[in-house]
Amino acid sequence: MLNRVVITGMGIYSCLGKTLDEVRDSLYTGKSGIIFDPARKEMGFRSALTAKLEIPDLKKQLSRSQRVYMPEQAKYAYCATADALKQAGIDQDYLNTHDVGLLYGNDSSADPVVKAVDTMREKKDTTLCGSGAIFQSMNSTVTMNLGCIFKLKGINLTVSGACASGSHAIGLGALLIQNGLQEMVVCGGAQEVNPFSIGSFDGISAFSVRESEPEKASRPFDRDRDGLVPGGGAATVILESYESAVRRGAPILAEVLGYGFSSNGDHISSPNVDGPTKSLQMAIKRAGIDIREIGYVNAHATSTHVGDTNEAKAIFNVFGEKSVEVTSTKSQTGHEMWMAGASEVIYSMLMMKNGFIAGNINFENPDEASGHLLIPAQTIEKRFDTFLSNSFGFGGTNSTLIIRNM
Amino acid sequence: MIMEKQELIEKINAALAEEFEIDVEDITPEGDIKATLELDSLSLVDMVALVESESGVKIKGSDVAQIKTFGALYDYLTEHQN
Repeated sequence: MLNRVVITGMGIYSCLGKTLDEVRDSLYTGKSGIIFDPARKEMGFRSALTAKLEIPDLKKQLSRSQRVYMPEQAKYAYCATADALKQAGIDQDYLNTHDVGLLYGNDSSADPVVKAVDTMREKKDTTLCGSGAIFQSMNSTVTMNLGCIFKLKGINLTVSGACASGSHAIGLGALLIQNGLQEMVVCGGAQEVNPFSIGSFDGISAFSVRESEPEKASRPFDRDRDGLVPGGGAATVILESYESAVRRGAPILAEVLGYGFSSNGDHISSPNVDGPTKSLQMAIKRAGIDIREIGYVNAHATSTHVGDTNEAKAIFNVFGEKSVEVTSTKSQTGHEMWMAGASEVIYSMLMMKNGFIAGNINFENPDEASGHLLIPAQTIEKRFDTFLSNSFGFGGTNSTLIIRNM
Repeated sequence: MIMEKQELIEKINAALAEEFEIDVEDITPEGDIKATLELDSLSLVDMVALVESESGVKIKGSDVAQIKTFGALYDYLTEHQN
C-alpha cells in the first residue's frame, strides 16, 4: 500500500512576487515580469530580455559563514524554503528531530565559475578565488547550502533534469514518500538569473528578440512567437505523507496524485510529440483518475516555435479538441528553467486555491497546433480541483505532475 | 606602492571588519586573529585572500599558521612589502 503524498507548504521568490499573495495577484492581473536589460546588449547578447529579479540581502537572516557559500539561486531558494516551512508549521526543533529530506532542481551555477576563472587568469593565485567559490560553483550548491542551513537529515541531493528539474524533484520526492522511505521532503527548483548563465543559450538564437516590447515578448502558443525569455528565482513545496500531516495538524493544501516521466531519445534541443505524450499518459494512469477530472493544464510551452507546437500536439493527443483550459504561465514569467517545474506547480496551486485561471497573456492568434486547444488569453474565473503540469527539458527529458485540491 | 605602517593597519582593519562583520574597535594588535574574526579553516582562506588584495603582499602558505595576532600580521606585511 503506497502512502498518500500531500503538499503542506509553499514558498516562492519570483519575478511575479516574493510572497504567495503577491504572486497570486500578479497572476490574476496578468502582470509581466519581463524587462529589457541594457547591460546584456553591451555584453554582446542577441536578446537583452530577461525577468526582473533582485538578489535578496540576507545579512539579517544568515551569518557571513552561511552566506559566503551561496550563489544567487541558493539565496532565492533559501527565501522560498523558509516561507514554505513556515506555512507548513515546521520549526527548527522539528527539523532537528526528524529525518526531513531535500530534493531540489538546479542545473547550473555559472556566475561563480566565471568569477573564479577570471581571478585565476588575472592573479595566477587560486587562494584569491576565496573559500566560497567551490561551494557556489557546484551543481548541487542549492541542496548543500539548504541542507546545512536548515540542518536537514534525510535524503539530500540535486536533481539536474534541464528545464524539467524542478518537476522531477517533486515527482521523485513524492515517490520516496509513497514508498515509505521519507516522511517529509523539501522539494523545489532554483534558477540563476545572471547574464553569464544564459549567454551561450542566447547564442543559439533561442531567445525572443522582441526587445521593443519586453512585456509582449514571451507569447507561448501565439502564432507570432519568436523565442523564449529567460527568467529565474526559486520555488519550494513541502511534501509530506498524509499520515504525517494529519498527525501534525498541518495545513493540507493538496495531494500529489501522479508523476509521469519519459525521455524522447531523440534530438538534444528539439522536442518531439511521442515523449511528452507518454509522460502525460503515465501521470494520468498513475493518478488513477478520469481525464475529465483535470480542470486545468499548466503547459510547459516556452514560446519557441517547435516546442510549443509539439506540446500542443501532445496535449491534443491526450485531451482531444478544446476539452480543458490550457495556459503557459511563462507568458508572464519567461522561462524559469530549472525552477519552472516547481514554480508552475505553485502558480497552478494559487489558481486552484483562488478559483481562477491566469490568462496566457500575449496569446493573440493561434497557429495550426494551438488552435486545437482551449487557451484563455485573459484571466477567467473557474473553480477546479485537479490540474496537470508539464515540464520538458533539453535532451528530451519529460516530467508531468497531477495535483488535486484538498 | 609602499604604504606607511599605520596607513596599512587602518586599511587592513577596515577591510577585515567589513568582511567579517565585526566592529573595527574589536581588532587590537595583541588580539588573536582566528578568535576575533571567528575563522574556521575555510574562512581563514578568505582572510588571507582579503589581506593579500588590500596589501599587495603574498602570504606564503607555510607562514599563515605562524601569524597568530594582528600585530604579527602587520609586521609580516610591512616586512614583505616591496
